[in-house]
Amino acid sequence: MAETPIFEVNETDANRVYARPRLLLDTTMHYCPGCSHGTVHKLVAEAIDELGAEDKAIGITPVGCAAFLYNYIDIDWVQASHGRAPSVATAMKRLCPDKLVFTYQGDGDLAAIGTAEAIHAANRGDNIAVIFINNAIYGMTGGQMAPTTLLGMKTATTPLGRDAALNGYPFKVADMLTLLDGVTYVTRQSVNTPANVRKAKKAIKKAFENSINNRGFSFVEIVATCNSGWKMTPVGANRWMEENMHPTYPLGDLKDLTVTEK
Amino acid sequence: MEDIKLMKGNEVLAHAAVRCGADGYFGYPITPQSEVLETLTELRPWETTGMVVLQAESEVASINMVYGGASAGKRVMTSTSSPGLSLMCEGLSYLAGAELPCVVIDVSRGGPGLGTIQASQADYFQVVKGGGHGDYRMPVLAPNSVQEMNDFVDLAFELAFKYLNPVMILADGVIGQMMEKVHLSPQKPRRTEEQIRQECPWAALGKGDRKTRNIVTSCYIDPETMERHNHKLQAKYDRMEREEVRYEEMETADAEYILVAYGASSRICAKVVEDARKDGLKVGLIRPITLFPFPTDAIRQAARYAKGFLSVELSMGQMIEDVKLAVGNADIPVRHFGRTGGIIHSPREVYEALKQFMTETGGKL
Repeated sequence: MAETPIFEVNETDANRVYARPRLLLDTTMHYCPGCSHGTVHKLVAEAIDELGAEDKAIGITPVGCAAFLYNYIDIDWVQASHGRAPSVATAMKRLCPDKLVFTYQGDGDLAAIGTAEAIHAANRGDNIAVIFINNAIYGMTGGQMAPTTLLGMKTATTPLGRDAALNGYPFKVADMLTLLDGVTYVTRQSVNTPANVRKAKKAIKKAFENSINNRGFSFVEIVATCNSGWKMTPVGANRWMEENMHPTYPLGDLKDLTVTEK
Repeated sequence: MEDIKLMKGNEVLAHAAVRCGADGYFGYPITPQSEVLETLTELRPWETTGMVVLQAESEVASINMVYGGASAGKRVMTSTSSPGLSLMCEGLSYLAGAELPCVVIDVSRGGPGLGTIQASQADYFQVVKGGGHGDYRMPVLAPNSVQEMNDFVDLAFELAFKYLNPVMILADGVIGQMMEKVHLSPQKPRRTEEQIRQECPWAALGKGDRKTRNIVTSCYIDPETMERHNHKLQAKYDRMEREEVRYEEMETADAEYILVAYGASSRICAKVVEDARKDGLKVGLIRPITLFPFPTDAIRQAARYAKGFLSVELSMGQMIEDVKLAVGNADIPVRHFGRTGGIIHSPREVYEALKQFMTETGGKL
């Protein structure tokens, strides 16, 4: 094998095209290789930094794979009980209206056990941002069915595939939230391609801006992979998501009152 | 100038919350304590002190709102009644595990299940022994007057921030609904964010000028760390047992029979002691003000001379277990008397039960 040539590069602000986000801590993440969480964490860290909100950001972590998010981003964190992050964030934001307050929740946390808390925080128009990771499965507990699991999808608790007669239908949380008057911004994104990563970051940044400027409830769904839970390779999981998840959960803005406001 | 009013216990809780400089109240209506939220929304403290008042969608949400506010070092509270407290127990466990200060009030009603909206004292086990999961304790204050409904709110916050722990006020439907004269506390200012950052360096308020981030959590995945955390919590609970026992005694010096009662029952028992003394019977009363820590030493002291203890509760007998442990002598009879279902025992009923108890255990009538 040929030796890799070594170039001496003088790294400056002018020629740097990519770097670890300043707020992303230099530590090994516990996520499985191929998991979308790492990418979304990076976007959250970049968005907070670019908004200059490091000093006033308070994140609420869920129960599930992202429970340890507080180990990875250098801001203040509160670890909530399962599904209740929106309630925690509601009080936090009302008591500290000048802060950036956001939750980061998975589909089990937000769309199953914490549905009531998410809907009511949204309906009250609480000035918080919710990052919702939808990978259609319970990752932390070992791949059981989530409310967002696709019909026919095999999981540890739907070994023959999700059957609508038995388990109901994939829960379209974002679509439902658009109906609520307190909701300012609802978007559905994915981090499967560089272009989509950039779009997702823009969405997260907008949601955070809305919280800082007290412009109502913002909801960013990220359609994500869980290659371990899905029992696929990282590349295979990305392809499967594009072919199966995106048709059920189409990407794009579902509601954005900040556009009409301008 | 003194602010003396005639008020319901529940209304006083609301006034006391505003006046002690609370930052937030989060609650869900449930009988017999709905007046707390109603009074707060009538007082509109957000226009005066800046206190946040919010009606949540459930008790699950209210306790987690309290968790959020407490995480920011704010003085936050909620109130509920028995079935609502059941829903809050997970949250209480998280609050205790994360070492967060807050005040939770249970104006208890009859159960189990949907039970009745009438007064009861059947939440003793749930409130005093935990309710939620894991090794945790909470100081529990048991007011027996409308005045104490006022005084205990500020005291509860003081204890909550001293120990970084949730503090319970266990009242009952009688104390919540009855009207009495009350001296309302003077208005205290709310703390500024700068004061909170100094007093609560652990609070998640955004990093501000801090170099390191604050993480509020009850999660310790490493077993060694989790056990160390449990030992740290236990040391706090031990200190509470040493320093925070509060109780009242009435005619116990020469008493042969001791009534033990808290809250509404202690008011009824005070009348029983008066009547018994008029009849020449050596009867006294020990009234625990803190149910945790329990006045174990006071009861053990009284047990050196007493012939029997009657635990009088509006329940089928829950506190009696702590009375027995405190007496610590199987030769001294400990008995329970109490009505349930929302029926309040009359002084006469208690007196009759006491005399029956005395007759059966060799007491002089």
